[in-house]
Amino acid sequence: MSIELGHFTLILAFVISAVQAGLGLAYWRNSGWIAQFVRQAAVLQFIFVAISFAALIQAFVISDFSLSLAYQNSHSLQPLIYKVTSVWGNHEGSILLWVLILVMFGAAVALLGRNLPNQLRTLVLSMQGLLGAAFMGFAIFTSNPFLRLNPAPFEGQDLNPILQDLGLAIHPPLLYTGYVGFSICFSFALAALISGRIDAAWARWVRPWAMLSWTFLTLGISMGSYWAYYELGWGGWWFWDPVENASFMPWLAGTALLHSALVMEKRNALKIWTIFLAIITFSLSLLGTFLVRSGILTSVHSFASDPTRGLVILALLAAFIGGAFTLFAFRVSSLRSGGLFAPISREGALILNNLFLASATAAVLVGTLYPLILDAFTGTRISVGAPFFNLTFGALMVPLLIVLPFGPFLAWKRGDLIAVTQRLMGAAALALVVAIIVFVLSGTQVSLAPLGFLLGFWVAFGAFADLLYRAKFGRIALGESWRRLIGLPKNTWSTALAHFGVGVTVIGIVAVSAWETENITTLKIGESAELAGYSVLYSQKDRPPGPNYSIERLAFTVTDTFGKEHKTSSEKRIYTASNMPTTEAAILTFGFSQLYIAIGDATEDGGQVVRIWHKPHILLIWFGTLFMAGAGILSLSDRRLRIGAPQKSKSQLKAAE
Amino acid sequence: MAMTRKQKRLAIIAGLAVVLAIAATLIFTALRDQIVFFYSPSELQEKSVAVGQSIRVGGLVKEESWVKEGENNRFVITDGEEETTITYVGILPDLFREGQGVIAEGSLTSSGQFSATTVLAKHDENYIPKEIADTLKDRGEWRTSDEVNSN
Repeated sequence: MSIELGHFTLILAFVISAVQAGLGLAYWRNSGWIAQFVRQAAVLQFIFVAISFAALIQAFVISDFSLSLAYQNSHSLQPLIYKVTSVWGNHEGSILLWVLILVMFGAAVALLGRNLPNQLRTLVLSMQGLLGAAFMGFAIFTSNPFLRLNPAPFEGQDLNPILQDLGLAIHPPLLYTGYVGFSICFSFALAALISGRIDAAWARWVRPWAMLSWTFLTLGISMGSYWAYYELGWGGWWFWDPVENASFMPWLAGTALLHSALVMEKRNALKIWTIFLAIITFSLSLLGTFLVRSGILTSVHSFASDPTRGLVILALLAAFIGGAFTLFAFRVSSLRSGGLFAPISREGALILNNLFLASATAAVLVGTLYPLILDAFTGTRISVGAPFFNLTFGALMVPLLIVLPFGPFLAWKRGDLIAVTQRLMGAAALALVVAIIVFVLSGTQVSLAPLGFLLGFWVAFGAFADLLYRAKFGRIALGESWRRLIGLPKNTWSTALAHFGVGVTVIGIVAVSAWETENITTLKIGESAELAGYSVLYSQKDRPPGPNYSIERLAFTVTDTFGKEHKTSSEKRIYTASNMPTTEAAILTFGFSQLYIAIGDATEDGGQVVRIWHKPHILLIWFGTLFMAGAGILSLSDRRLRIGAPQKSKSQLKAAE
Repeated sequence: MAMTRKQKRLAIIAGLAVVLAIAATLIFTALRDQIVFFYSPSELQEKSVAVGQSIRVGGLVKEESWVKEGENNRFVITDGEEETTITYVGILPDLFREGQGVIAEGSLTSSGQFSATTVLAKHDENYIPKEIADTLKDRGEWRTSDEVNSN
């Protein structure tokens, strides 16, 4: 019964969002009952979609296999957490999750955006309604999660075993919140274009939403990367795979958007570009959804997909992106940029940031779509892999990282490059010394590694140089300096923390690329293999009972460089329902480094194929992203950025310019 | 050094143009040199691919062709007409099985075998890499995934 209720509320929400979009777009100038209605509709459809989603979860939890989706993707023996995550571990359910997050953001704007001008809010919510109607329509007509089976099967077919992992509980919700959150920026951009009113206040309203989405997207991509790293058993953390690129492009564009919106907010400049980025970022999110859901590109992360539904998404994609850019083209001439500045200034640095991030996004986009285009026009089948992306993306990141620490030091309007360079000398010298020490102590075969370390340390130390300079460190009494440091605005801390995170991630990436070692061998019980000073002993094999799978467990005893022993185990699982095997690698963490043991098949004479990697400082890659996400949260907690913060009066705005 | 409004704008635009030109050059150079072509075993026979050049080959793993010696694997992939022998050192994906579609990335050795650095198999029962599906359709060897699975 609850399934029909969920189906019904989804259809209701679809109708509401269509009406909301239609009425809102037709009568957005009306600030009376239409504005009121649009707000209430946004909240109401969220409630209805939430009921619908809850109904789906309930059906999965009680293993109601009369629901076709539950039959195909769940099993009564699955642990509870995987019964819940099975809901979005498939096409239909993940689209409903997408829709749920979309309407959640719409409701958030309706509830939190009290201080928005009525017309702007009505337009934003109408655009959200349009998106909601399109994707709810897509769900209902092509990907309906509420279809019943009659007669109901007794047992489900089980969720794809590779997805039966905690990663599925964490990664998709975070990623989708990031993806879909940018729809608010998209709607704000279109609303601004329709109403023709774009000013610094617009950027101030949009920036918290962009920051929120960016924070979630950062976490989503990072957790996805870690999940793939430990689950796929190849020891890789990033494959430049189409599905990964699909999530990385909105992140790059979103990062550019955060920076350009800052210029727009503070200096009333870069308006056209900021609007353009807001549209592009969400368009790339939509493109990502299409690439992932259509299965049009071969990916290591590909799951069952349906090309016909992919076509419908492509049509939606074309309609929204095409519509948005048409509107942009018609309206762009009516926008006027203000705020003049010298090339060397905070604005100039942020433009440079945007330039490199946008070029990098373009490089990733070209690399991701080129195989499709070439296949369509010439029939030649190619793939574009890591070498392409390392060359293009890597080369574009180098200058960005070099100039990154200068940005926060430069004054708005006109900066003094010589003075800033002097202030950064300390950080540069420290980075150089540390990089040399690292290089001398560890050495490396990878020729570019020393440069990479230098860049990473430069960015990380440069981020703190800004804080120390602002706290007048070394120029006044230490205690006073400390008080100033603590008292710095949260946004200053947030900038430093995010940039520090970039440095940490870069150091992690360079360290793994430079020093990773591996050993592929065959071990019998009692034999051991050596790698990077560690000794890995294959101690025993047993078969403990598992919930919905059978287990073959290989125990290893690892002796570290200090002679200390660590026990770990790797598992081969056969899932009962699907008869599908998966392998769980054994991973031991030493500081920031990890020892990664993947197991293969048993040989006929009782040996076991093992592949052992030593991943030096690999955890830094993900810790860096946690710093970035933490910076996002810190920035969101800043009173001045808060969504409900009171508007600055006109006189204050003038004074700030 | 006071710049006029015009000079400032010019300096910024010139800077943008230089960076964009460099980015475009990078992308086009990389697209020429860093792409990996995909061949079916038949195409591999028809075309002369240089030894050591990085390519991808794909097809169905031939029944009873998979030989394991510890961590050394050898198997044959086929598109129904021609066959390619592939060697791979390491651990093959969990879902690597005879009769199923795989893609191998690597290069030809001087002995005419294909030495793979990466082998991609499908992630779930319903998924066949698109290139393989296309190849098999071209060769009239297409079977639905259910039929493939029933082997």
